Amino acid sequence: MPLLEAIRLAFRTIWAQKLKSFFSLVGVLIGVTFLIAVVSIVQGMNRYMVDRFANTLIGANTFELRQRPSINMGHVTHEMWLAWQRRPRVSYADADFVRDRIRTPATFAKFCEDRVSVHYDGKVAKDIDLVGTEDTYFRIRNYELAAGRAFTAQEVRAGQPVLVVGHELAEKLLPGLDPVGKVVHIGGLPYRIIGVVAPQGTLFGLSLDKFAVMPFSAQARRLICPINILDALIVRTDDPPQMQVAMAEAEAAMRSRRQLKPSEENDFAFQTAEGALGTWQKISRILFLALPGLVAISLVVGGIVIMNIMLMAVSERTREIGIRKALGARRRDILAQFIVEAATLSAAGAVLGIGFGLVLAFVVKALTPLPAAVAPWSVAVGVILGVSVGVVAGVYPASRASRLDPIIALRAE
Amino acid sequence: MTAIIRIRDLGREYRMGSELILALRGVTLDIHRNEYVAIMGPSGSGKSTMMNLLGCLDTPTAGEYWLNGEEVSRLTDDALARVRNREIGFVFQTFNLLPRATALHNVELPLVYAGVRGRERRERAAAALERVGLGNRMDHRPNELSGGQRQRVAIARALVNQPSILLADEPTGNLDSVTSEEIMEVFAALHARGQTVIMVTHEPDIAAHAERVVVLRDGQVETDRVNQGAAA
Repeated sequence: MPLLEAIRLAFRTIWAQKLKSFFSLVGVLIGVTFLIAVVSIVQGMNRYMVDRFANTLIGANTFELRQRPSINMGHVTHEMWLAWQRRPRVSYADADFVRDRIRTPATFAKFCEDRVSVHYDGKVAKDIDLVGTEDTYFRIRNYELAAGRAFTAQEVRAGQPVLVVGHELAEKLLPGLDPVGKVVHIGGLPYRIIGVVAPQGTLFGLSLDKFAVMPFSAQARRLICPINILDALIVRTDDPPQMQVAMAEAEAAMRSRRQLKPSEENDFAFQTAEGALGTWQKISRILFLALPGLVAISLVVGGIVIMNIMLMAVSERTREIGIRKALGARRRDILAQFIVEAATLSAAGAVLGIGFGLVLAFVVKALTPLPAAVAPWSVAVGVILGVSVGVVAGVYPASRASRLDPIIALRAE
Repeated sequence: MTAIIRIRDLGREYRMGSELILALRGVTLDIHRNEYVAIMGPSGSGKSTMMNLLGCLDTPTAGEYWLNGEEVSRLTDDALARVRNREIGFVFQTFNLLPRATALHNVELPLVYAGVRGRERRERAAAALERVGLGNRMDHRPNELSGGQRQRVAIARALVNQPSILLADEPTGNLDSVTSEEIMEVFAALHARGQTVIMVTHEPDIAAHAERVVVLRDGQVETDRVNQGAAA
């Protein structure tokens, strides 16, 4: 019997028993739904983490020299935390020392930050991320100015009370006003807004536009960092290999400056986009390792259900098998008929599963800030798995059917 | 006349536990093209075994069976399936139609296994249904048809692949006497057009329609006579 004929026959049989068929393919359906949904969400998450999270918070080809990492996604024990706290902080002098010893072309910016309140005309904007840094910071962050200008190296040297604000801060504190030229107060000190940074969007649903940038040398620095102390020295290079070289140079410089013995660990930390992603990558790897197991369990269950349904079908349709054999069906015709029926059943489950998985992924995408990216390979894997589960599950019942004696089968009720 | 069926010393034994049952013990029989033969006998006479062997549903444990020039008594399962498909048209007592399939699809089945495709298959099946007077019932399922109509579908199915023999097993066993007569008329018409018909039955008035009656008893041919009344 030609394959197309067998598939058409399978659909007719499956359609004749819609409810029973549906229940028998639920196992495969769940397995494939799970496969599609998890792969889509993890892949979407991956893309998000790489594109937005790491590159927004740190930036490509950029590393930060810090006392301790600020982005921790793994488990940090109390002891680790205390050890980090005991480390010496990064000073202005440390930063200058390292800068002088990195020979790789790079852009540097001293950096410290904290949350402050910004006042204007009796209004307050709380929880504003105030960054004290150098004029190079705008280049490192790729900030574009929507209005006004960034501050200059000269203003940094002079510690001028000038401020470049984020888009949202400007809109909240000075609605309907041109922020450039307005004077706001931070910790009682007057600061003149000289520029507004173009909108940066959101990360995990949080705004990235509620910040203000000032020269690290300006007066308000005491609100965010002790004098002479930095949160980080930011170093941006041109490409990943140069970043590795620059990082090695920075490490050597810091170790010699801190007079660390070879046996001693670094008492400072480098933070990179990849480093921040490390933990996430570990999580996604575990998910991808666990996924085949979880999918396999539901597919095995689904396969067993289909095998049972097919065994039932064979005994229910013994008479039909007898008739077909009497009319000239060979063993392989009967074998093909039941295997194709099982495979069609299972493939139908897989197709429904793909549908549900896609719906699930899009629901997640619509209702959470997580983007879901459907991986075409997972759809292909779903279909292939569906068909193979059916074929495997169908072999035993089909071979039983094909070996039936036509005389006995014809006599069956 | 060519013998379309040549049977020599055909034997079939079954093992039931430790007991050996001799269902057929040395049957020798020739059936020629365009004969109309009834095989009769009381229950236990070996009729059913004879029918299974003639229909190539079973193989003998002794003797030879030549069907249309081919020795079929030693064939494999799949080779027997091919012989059934090409040489034999079955008509059963219980019709044995696929309940979920339409009349047309039921009649198409032998052609499916003969490898006939698409439009040709549908056309041949439709023509076979026309010949038994069911041209207007092609899309009906068996449960939408009367007993006589179902048996006509079965006859159409049996003939669609132009088999050497039409093999009927108690073809009127599930039909009332009026319908039985109708089916017998169909058989007579087929025979008149040259079809070889073999009918297994235990009803003498049904056997009376055949030209020749073979009576089995205890696994052997008891009588083999020409039926004077039916020849006309």
